[in-house]
This record gives sequence, C-alpha cells and structure tokens, in this order.
Amino acid sequence: MIELRDLSVTSGSFQLTNLALVVPTGGYGVLMGSTGSGKTTILEAICGLRTIASGRVLLGGVDVTSWSVGSRGIGYVPQDAALFPTLSVWEHLALGLKLRRVGRVEIANRVAEVAEALGIAHLLKRTPHHLSGGEARRVAIGRAIAFHPQLLLLDEPLSALDEDHRGRLVELLQSLHRSERVTTLHVTHYRDEAAAVGEHFFQLTHNQIVVCERPQAGHITRHGMANASEGNEGNIEPDTTTAQPCTDREP
Amino acid sequence: MPAESSRPPSASQPHLSGSPHRTRSDWPFFLISGGIGGGYILLLVALLTADVASTSWSDITAALTKPEILFAVRMTLISCTLAAVLSLWVAVPLGYLLERFSFRGRGLIDAVLDIPVVLPPLVLGLSLLILFHLPIAGTTLEATVQKTLGIQVTYAPVAVVLAQFVVSAAFAIHSMRLTFSRIDPRPEAIAMTLGCRRSQAFWKVAFPQAWRGAIAAFSIAWARALGEFGPILVFAGATRMKTEVLSTTVFLELSVGRLEAAVAVSLLMVTAAVVVLGIVRLAGGRVAG
Repeated sequence: MIELRDLSVTSGSFQLTNLALVVPTGGYGVLMGSTGSGKTTILEAICGLRTIASGRVLLGGVDVTSWSVGSRGIGYVPQDAALFPTLSVWEHLALGLKLRRVGRVEIANRVAEVAEALGIAHLLKRTPHHLSGGEARRVAIGRAIAFHPQLLLLDEPLSALDEDHRGRLVELLQSLHRSERVTTLHVTHYRDEAAAVGEHFFQLTHNQIVVCERPQAGHITRHGMANASEGNEGNIEPDTTTAQPCTDREP
Repeated sequence: MPAESSRPPSASQPHLSGSPHRTRSDWPFFLISGGIGGGYILLLVALLTADVASTSWSDITAALTKPEILFAVRMTLISCTLAAVLSLWVAVPLGYLLERFSFRGRGLIDAVLDIPVVLPPLVLGLSLLILFHLPIAGTTLEATVQKTLGIQVTYAPVAVVLAQFVVSAAFAIHSMRLTFSRIDPRPEAIAMTLGCRRSQAFWKVAFPQAWRGAIAAFSIAWARALGEFGPILVFAGATRMKTEVLSTTVFLELSVGRLEAAVAVSLLMVTAAVVVLGIVRLAGGRVAG
C-alpha cells in the first residue's frame, strides 16, 4: 500500500501542499493532471529524490519519509526512461538484484523471466544506444520491477510512443500487474491511458489530489482505440463514494 | 533508432544542421574573417618552420645522445606522468562534486581553483617555496616531511612533480567538470532508487560515461606539466642530472649559448605536445563511452 499523508513539496516557487492519496496493496492507481501540474514532483518525492517540506509517505503502513532513496524498495520508471548508457539491457535488469546480493542463478532466472514477460529477451546484450523508444521504455519497466519492488511508480510510460506501441505497452502493463501484483501508481495526462490500465483514479487539480471516477473515455488496445464499456474485464471498480468525475484540465 | 519518437523533417522544418549555400555576396565576409584568423595560424606555422629550419638531424641526434638531455627526457616523462596521475586523482572527484551539487562556498572554491591558471608561474613557484619553509610552531613543512617521510622536497625531484601538479591539476579539474556537465544526472538518480549508494551510482553509472573525458583531462594535465618552467625553476631549481626536465634544459642550453641543442629539445617538446593534443582531440570528441 502507498499512502501520502498531508504531503507538501516545494520546488523553487512551485508548491504542492497537503496532498493525500491511498492506493491499496496490489492496487493500480492512476494519477491524472495536466502537464506541469506537479505529477512528476509527487513521484520523485515518494522515491526520495525530492525533499519533502512536511507530511509523510507510508509504504505498506511503514513511514519511509526519512528513509534513503535506495532503502525504500521502489521501482521507478521515469518519463525519459533514463537508462544507463554504458550498461547492457541484462545489466539493467540485474542491477537491483545484484545490489540486494541475490545469488547468481536466481539473478539469471529472474532476468530471463522479466525479459520474457516484456518481450526484450532478444535485446539483453544491447546497450541503450541500440534500442528504439518503445524498447527503451520496456527496459526501464523491467529494470524497475526485476528486484520485486513493493511499489512501482510509472511516469507517463506511454508518452512519445505511437498508437500501436501504446496499445502493446498497455497490454503489457495489464499483464505485468496481473502476474506481479505489485502496488502501482501510474502518472499520465491521458484519460484513455488511465481508463485502460487503472483501478483507482486520482486527479491533481489546484495543487490538490482528489479521488475521481474511472474516466469515461475509449481505452487503448493493440488495435487502436475502443470504447471503455467494451472490455474492462478484470478491472476493479474504484471506490466512488467520494469520487468526482475526472476532468481533462484544471477548471 | 528511436523509431516511435523520431519525426522526419518536413518542408515546413528546413534542415538547418548544415551550412547554407554560399553566395558571391558572402565572399568579402569570408575573406576578411579568414584573413584575420589566417594571420595567426600563419604565425604559428612560421614559428615551427623556423625551428625546423634552424636545426639539422645531426643536431637533434647529437643533443639526444648527451647524458644530461637523456636524463631530462626520462625525468620529464616520469614527472609529467606522476603530475598527470595526481591531477586526475584530484580532478575526478572535485569535477564531479562541483558540477553536480550546489553548496555554500562553491563560488569561492571556483575562484581558488582559478588561482594556478591566472597567477604568474614564478609567483606560484615562490609561493610553494615559502609554504615549505614558513616557520610554524618552531618547524617548517619541509622539515616535517623530511622527518616523517625521510625525503627532501625543495630542490629535489619531488619538487618538480609538485610544481607541475599544482598547475596541471587546475586544468584537469576544468576538463573533468566540462565532462560531467555533458553527462545527464538522471540515470544516477534512478540508480539510487534501485538501491545504489551515491558512490555506487557514481562508479557504476557516471564514471563509465566519463572515461574519455578522463583521458582528455589526463592528457591536458600531462601537456601542461610538460610546458611548466617558472615554478620548477624557483621551487625545484635547474640542477643538471637532478631536477632537470626538458623545459629547464632549453633554458640551460640557451644560457650557455648552445642554441642548436636548445632548438633540438624544443622540437622534441613540440612533437610530444602534438601527440598529446591528438589524444585529447580523439578522446574529447566523444565524452560518453
């Protein structure tokens, strides 16, 4: 479970104050908001990459606000993938496991498992310079999930991809979530993307996080856009007791 | 190839990476700017040509068979390499810290690091001399080093390396800073989310991208050390077969009127400098490995 309690983050003149959010264990939360609204700032604050002015970050009920970045056990997929230019794809997937002193055989098995699930098994010897945008995004996801994080943070994972690749990656995220059941917080400003993958929906508006209903938009499939009502089997409906309809932009 | 994110150039987005087609009206501009810049290039070529013309192969071989000059060559190779290694040892962490982090006093540190660049070389040598012989608590740094390590610094080979290091480190630091400024810090932050400590993020992610920059910094430091003269003369002296390096050889040969030997050694130094500059250009062309 990820929980933000009265979280305030300051970055220069930009401020986010008293943010609250809860995604239950194994749940898939989607945080929506317009570009520049501070979604990435929130993810970086959860990771520990940004200083928190006040409030608390709880992972699995444990207050990790003062923990170091590496000890939080969070898999973070940044918007720009931020792969390591000199490491191979295999080394990307293995790094988190090596740092946790996992045995060689176990590392090899886990890397093979993740690479197979993400369809990047044929890329394991390549370095990031020899990957396409979609491949780089999948490697970044693999790097983040390979070490069994207790929380997965995805920052606009489908941005800058064409429709076909977006559809494939949505299917991949859905299947990964079913198999790994890792608590996930996915940030996007696309309602279609949110509707396609999410179970719990939040909107960042007026520097506040509000719970909202599943966006009424077409969802993304490998074959393009379809209506949201056609195929969301397996998705858990969000708690809408306090939910509001999601809006595209801040009023 | 990032096929999904790349966009082909369209008619509304003209390709601007190349130079536009030259027209006749451009020629006065090229002639004036080329003439001004070309004059300086001509001067440099003329200097080297004059050096080559004023010596002969027999002068060079005669100079290079002298025991004093052979000693200076060996001493130069060793001292320049040691100074460059020490410079890189300092430049890598300092360049990384100054480029990556903001902290109080960074501007002051920047200013201090520029001192060896702007200070007259003789003053730098004099400062080293004073530092090692300034009485503090009834002793001097020179005496303390001699007592604890058993080595003489002033007017000894160690002083040559120290004098070269003080100047060349400043250039190596500048080079490493430039290298780290071209490396995206985001992957290091992501490595830390995976469990890396800051030092591990540096060694696993940042430094492997900086190795070409490190070679360039080493080469620049080596070249600076090769050309150092003033601080060596004051702090290490110019004692034959003891603290003589190639730059002091030129001075010593000139002082006794042996111009042909001085020119031969100068040409040797020019050759070494050209080789080092070639390495810098090859390594500096691409910062990331």
